[in-house]
Amino acid sequence: MTYPLDHAATIPASAPSRPASYEDLGQLLDLISGDQKHSSASTSTLDILWVLYDRVLQVSPESVDDPDRDRFILSKGHGPAAYYAVLAAKGFISPALLSGFGSFHSPLGHHPDRLLIPGVEISSGSLGHGLAISVGIALGLRIQGRAGSRVVCLLGDGELEEGSNHEALWLAALCRLSALSVIVVDNLSSGLGWPTGVEAPFTAAGWVVERVGGHDRGELERALLRRSEAAPNLIVAATESAP
Amino acid sequence: MTGMRERVADELGRMLDEDNRLVVVLAAISSSLFESSRVRHPERVIDVGIREQSLIGVAAGLAHTGLRPVVHTFAPFLLERPFEQLKMDLCHQGLGAVLISIGASYDSPEYGTSHFCPEDVALLDALPGVDVHVPGHPDEAVELLRRAVATTGTSYLRLSGASNAKPKTVPAGRQRVLRRGSRGSVIAVGPMLDPVLEAVADFDVTVIYANTLRPLDQATILESLGEPAVAMVEPCLAGTSVGLINQALAHLPHRVLGLGVGRHDLHHYGSRSEHDLAHGLDPVSLRSRISGFLGPSQ
Repeated sequence: MTYPLDHAATIPASAPSRPASYEDLGQLLDLISGDQKHSSASTSTLDILWVLYDRVLQVSPESVDDPDRDRFILSKGHGPAAYYAVLAAKGFISPALLSGFGSFHSPLGHHPDRLLIPGVEISSGSLGHGLAISVGIALGLRIQGRAGSRVVCLLGDGELEEGSNHEALWLAALCRLSALSVIVVDNLSSGLGWPTGVEAPFTAAGWVVERVGGHDRGELERALLRRSEAAPNLIVAATESAP
Repeated sequence: MTGMRERVADELGRMLDEDNRLVVVLAAISSSLFESSRVRHPERVIDVGIREQSLIGVAAGLAHTGLRPVVHTFAPFLLERPFEQLKMDLCHQGLGAVLISIGASYDSPEYGTSHFCPEDVALLDALPGVDVHVPGHPDEAVELLRRAVATTGTSYLRLSGASNAKPKTVPAGRQRVLRRGSRGSVIAVGPMLDPVLEAVADFDVTVIYANTLRPLDQATILESLGEPAVAMVEPCLAGTSVGLINQALAHLPHRVLGLGVGRHDLHHYGSRSEHDLAHGLDPVSLRSRISGFLGPSQ
């Protein structure tokens, strides 16, 4: 992939020398926000993202263009600080970029741009786009016989209000896309709520469904590694409610 | 004569045989035309059902994995219902697809406004870098399809039930000067060629034919320009291409007339020829409108 010229200089040629640990994430988040306060939109996903990149996804800074990599689709593009912190911790981007968050020449915006950041699979911001793209990626992998690759798409419970998700979740089930996993971060940010649970539409369509604590890294890892043979699977990650 | 839609579906069947990176994505419409292709390539003919947001999102995902998606449905459901998906999932991601519509401006007048899409090209003009092809004959549709699939970007192929009697050969990306005259230039786009040729049969004008509308071949308009008066006759919204013609002629005093489909909602059913008449796009109306624009002959 090639990057626009005026951003190219800001993208590091190589990964940082020392891989960061989970304990370093707070410091990386501080670089982004400039203080110790982090919005719930980003911190609600921190443990999920860490588990994905540390324990689950087969992707590294060296394999961002490998056709057999795992794909992570951040559909819910809001609050990407945790995403950027994890990408920095794992060497996809330099930690030096974090303090420029949101500025004109920074590749790190308040919604990620795949053409600016190595390893970011989709540009997001408008809610309800990631799941259909994920379905297309999973179909594309199946067509090409890349059975070893999986697609993990992260949605928010508020985002789930968008009707496009309901088209796509039925389509995924009808296509029996077992390579696809969806994580819905349930931080009670849906204004009207989901009285029968965010799981309800997925259950109705035949997804394999599990609910875990959104900060329980052990449970998240176990749930993400559990796969179905013939259906996509949903993991509802329950976290603190939005302020 | 076999129509554009059937010819393109047949050709896509052959192309699926030749190119294992090609994938056809449908949303229920025209599904039966792809049945034999689906038997041969069950994984590469995908019908997402009546889910047009997913139609574009899925195409973007397929392109994301290196495949070449060809997406097809009725024009309003291809472009208008999922317009944000075109903007975000294709254009903004830097992913490409070939978008093939049927229905054109009012191919099925009995269906009414929900199935009309004269605004299609104007909408795509609001997005960056989308090629637009408007074939005037089924043979041209097949050739333009192959050109569009051979690129990696996003192209729109506007199929129509309206067709000229004979196909024209046009070099890729160019317009073709059919004849030269001294009173001005008339550009006919796609299926507008036959009505335009009839309308200006005895006028001393330059006639240019275009079946690729974006990017607009401004060079041919300039090179063939005599009297700087250009009438643009397009089968989509009137004036859609006028801005680009003005841009091409910005360095000299000139006049431009944009003829096409009107903006008003007619609230009429009926036949295509009745709608041509209502929009002043029949040969008699075109003759009078172009004649009035050119002014008295010297």
